[in-house]
Amino acid sequence: MLENIDFTLVDWSRGQFALTAMFHWVFVPLTLGLAYMLAFMETIYYKTGDEEWKRITKFWMKLFGINFAIGVATGIILEFEFGTNWSNYSWFVGDIFGAPLAIEGIMAFFLESTFIAIMFFGWDKVSKRFHLTATWLTAIGASLSAVWILVANAWMQNPVGTMFNPETVRNEMVNFWAILFSETAVNKFLHTITSGFVLAGLFVIGVSSWFLIKKREQLFAKRSIVIASVFGLISTLFLIGTGDSSAKEIVKTQPMKFAAMEALYEGRTNAPLVAFGVLKGKDLHKHLDVDSHAEFWLKVEIPSMLSFLAYGDPNSYVAGIKDLIMGNEEHGIMPYREKIRRGYEAQQMLSAYKEAQKADPNGEEFQLLQAKFRDQDFIDNYFRYFGYGSFYDPDPVQLEKNAFKMVPPISLTFYAFHIMVILGGYFLVLFAVFLFLVMRNQLHTKTWLLWTAVWSIPLAYVASQSGWIVAEVGRQPWVVQDLMPTMTAVTHIDAKAVMITSFLFAAIFVILFIAKIKIMVTQIKIGPKKKEDPNNV
Amino acid sequence: MFETLSHLALQQYWWMIVSILGAALVFLMFVQGGQTLFLSLGKTEVERTLLINTLGRKWEFTFTTLVVFGGAMFASFPLFYSTSFGGAYWVWMMILFAFIIQAVSYEFRSRPGNFLGARTYEVFLFINGAVGTFLLGVVVATFFTGSPFSINEYNQSRWEASSRGLELLLNPHNLSLGLAVLFLARTLGLLYFKNSVDEPALEQRITKSLWQNAIPFVVFFLTFVIWLMFSEGYAINPETGEIFMQANKYFLNFIEMPVVLILFLIGVVLVLYGIGLSLLTPTSNGIWFTGPGVILTVFALFLVAGFNNTAFYPSSYDIQSSITIMNGSSSHFTLTAMSYVSLMVPFVIAYIWYAWRAINKQKISKEELTSGDSHIY
Repeated sequence: MLENIDFTLVDWSRGQFALTAMFHWVFVPLTLGLAYMLAFMETIYYKTGDEEWKRITKFWMKLFGINFAIGVATGIILEFEFGTNWSNYSWFVGDIFGAPLAIEGIMAFFLESTFIAIMFFGWDKVSKRFHLTATWLTAIGASLSAVWILVANAWMQNPVGTMFNPETVRNEMVNFWAILFSETAVNKFLHTITSGFVLAGLFVIGVSSWFLIKKREQLFAKRSIVIASVFGLISTLFLIGTGDSSAKEIVKTQPMKFAAMEALYEGRTNAPLVAFGVLKGKDLHKHLDVDSHAEFWLKVEIPSMLSFLAYGDPNSYVAGIKDLIMGNEEHGIMPYREKIRRGYEAQQMLSAYKEAQKADPNGEEFQLLQAKFRDQDFIDNYFRYFGYGSFYDPDPVQLEKNAFKMVPPISLTFYAFHIMVILGGYFLVLFAVFLFLVMRNQLHTKTWLLWTAVWSIPLAYVASQSGWIVAEVGRQPWVVQDLMPTMTAVTHIDAKAVMITSFLFAAIFVILFIAKIKIMVTQIKIGPKKKEDPNNV
Repeated sequence: MFETLSHLALQQYWWMIVSILGAALVFLMFVQGGQTLFLSLGKTEVERTLLINTLGRKWEFTFTTLVVFGGAMFASFPLFYSTSFGGAYWVWMMILFAFIIQAVSYEFRSRPGNFLGARTYEVFLFINGAVGTFLLGVVVATFFTGSPFSINEYNQSRWEASSRGLELLLNPHNLSLGLAVLFLARTLGLLYFKNSVDEPALEQRITKSLWQNAIPFVVFFLTFVIWLMFSEGYAINPETGEIFMQANKYFLNFIEMPVVLILFLIGVVLVLYGIGLSLLTPTSNGIWFTGPGVILTVFALFLVAGFNNTAFYPSSYDIQSSITIMNGSSSHFTLTAMSYVSLMVPFVIAYIWYAWRAINKQKISKEELTSGDSHIY
């Protein structure tokens, strides 16, 4: 079964998508958060009439514009790639995924692109009040577009509100609200959007600190830091809170991802949290078998903390990677081999359905099979493992081996998770310190601290990308949890074609990235508009 | 209210929405057309900057419409999306690359330290304008000429040509519509410049260029439409769902749907009237006729492709695999949910209109670009 899969093609398709998604995510989080800070700053300008606040707003708006353009340009790539490289996937999920995407377009993109034009070009053409409204609507539009695409992503992690239709061979929506308000969707949206706010806060603090170090634009820099540290501090608290609720949800909906995040091989009660650790060995997921154990070069543990994080109870049991694969009767965990067998049975049922339909679309057999796919018992106990069936093998030894292949890259998930969490804690401290010192007007003397803030800008991006690695690498081998493995979702095309486009994407991204960094740095060095020089805008 | 409609009615409603989006997109590609012209029209750096900024205030609408058109296609007719995008891989990838380089070019062109230099970004804009319009025209032509794919009983599609979309460029009818769209976009770009730029030196050059672009547009467009009226088409037997070739199918569609024919004829007349008016008189209002004319014409062509029991994405390899609005659509439930969302569209159009008016009260002039208080591309 697995030998029919062209894994070169699968890997390149994944690589290309990861490359474009990560590149997209370089630009989006900054726009998500900066948009709100622009709105805050302009609101203060509107209320006070202080021209300094207008200068501040316009400076950050310029940096916003540079980012926004690439965010838009890279966003369309993802939309296209669903079709070009994930053809089977786009049919299988089209009935769910398409709707949020279309709503995103109608609701959010037009809102953003219309009012961004007013924001940029309207300073002297519309009233102050209208301009302020446009700035707010741009920020709201950006957040709204995040809602819908994240709802779509959340559905892939936790496919609720749908039912499989054997006639069309896809999942069809039966409950729109269940999809929109699933626990996964709510957590994903809140956690992702606040991560954008935090990143933008760190960006503004970092850039402003540079001005303080250079002893330029002190008032501008301090005011920007006040806004950013308040916004950043509140956002980080939300970020940590939503991270916690995400973890509690993932342990239920994606226990394998949760176990991989902590490299927890054997499940246990009072499970400790590895606060910091370095794993022994590489490609752990490729060498996994019955006897594997997690080995660390070094680790710092907090006793019972993982159990507490997962269930709010230090005595609770957390399942490990091997329990999930091999099953654990005591804790009611079904082994993967049984899930594979059931998924295979569901897949065979679908083939039988198609055969019976061809033989006699009015026949009794066909009607029985039709009823089967609507039977709740079949759905709950067989169809829900549909995707597992793709790992079936008639040879039980090989089947058991296949089961051990159904794990995400453990080290990558583990490190990405820990980097994200550690940096999140660090950002909280940084925002608090900056807010405290700027309010006491002691910040500009602490040069080392200001440099720390400058160098924290790249860390914000590292944390943000790590979060997505946890979410997307951690859910492998699934593209739609339990229903569709990544390997069956790809477009069947010559792997060389995907290699060529991947290289083209990489080349264009490198060029655009260099251009963007150079432009940003140049704009920052030029600084905000001088009052006496009308040409410097 | 939408849930009481039949699945077919919803499919038709969504085909109309997709058609409107497609029609709006073709009109809005005046931005792309303009991008292929500013290098030759603008003799000085200032003139070029002026023309680019005139386009720069509209590019996002075109871009957004393209994204929404793609999103709406995915949402309402996912089988088309999975078949065409994955199948005609190289054509879609070329379109995609042409659009990636557009967005950044406006924002980066005039920025200090932009790494590649202003001229590179101007060339990017040219490529987007030329390649984007031509290839989108080619893809739309395949709604009538067909593509080599098959679809199995699991609704998995296979592209049956290893050239993955490049073979579409060998079909003369695809090429004639592609070129028609390219020259139409350039014509629209010129009409838009004429309407929005306040710079006497440019006006003469615009009129001269209009002759050079409007005539090829009319020739290529007529070539395609005349072929279409005489060619056989992919018809559906509504009883069995079977697809068969029918002589003069698209001509018959016009005859059997007289409203569509009338829309088409009004559209064509408006397009030609706006062009003629701009060629022969000094008025700057040509775009107000040609623009709506384009929308009506393209809308009517989309309806002819998908309505009246016609397969809108026909397969030239296995005729029974052809995609129709019936077999390729989303479920009744999804189309219903999306239909409620579509009620927001008039509201969206209203605020776009309001915002445009606020920005466009005066024509754009050289003075504005040096006034120091606006965002310059």
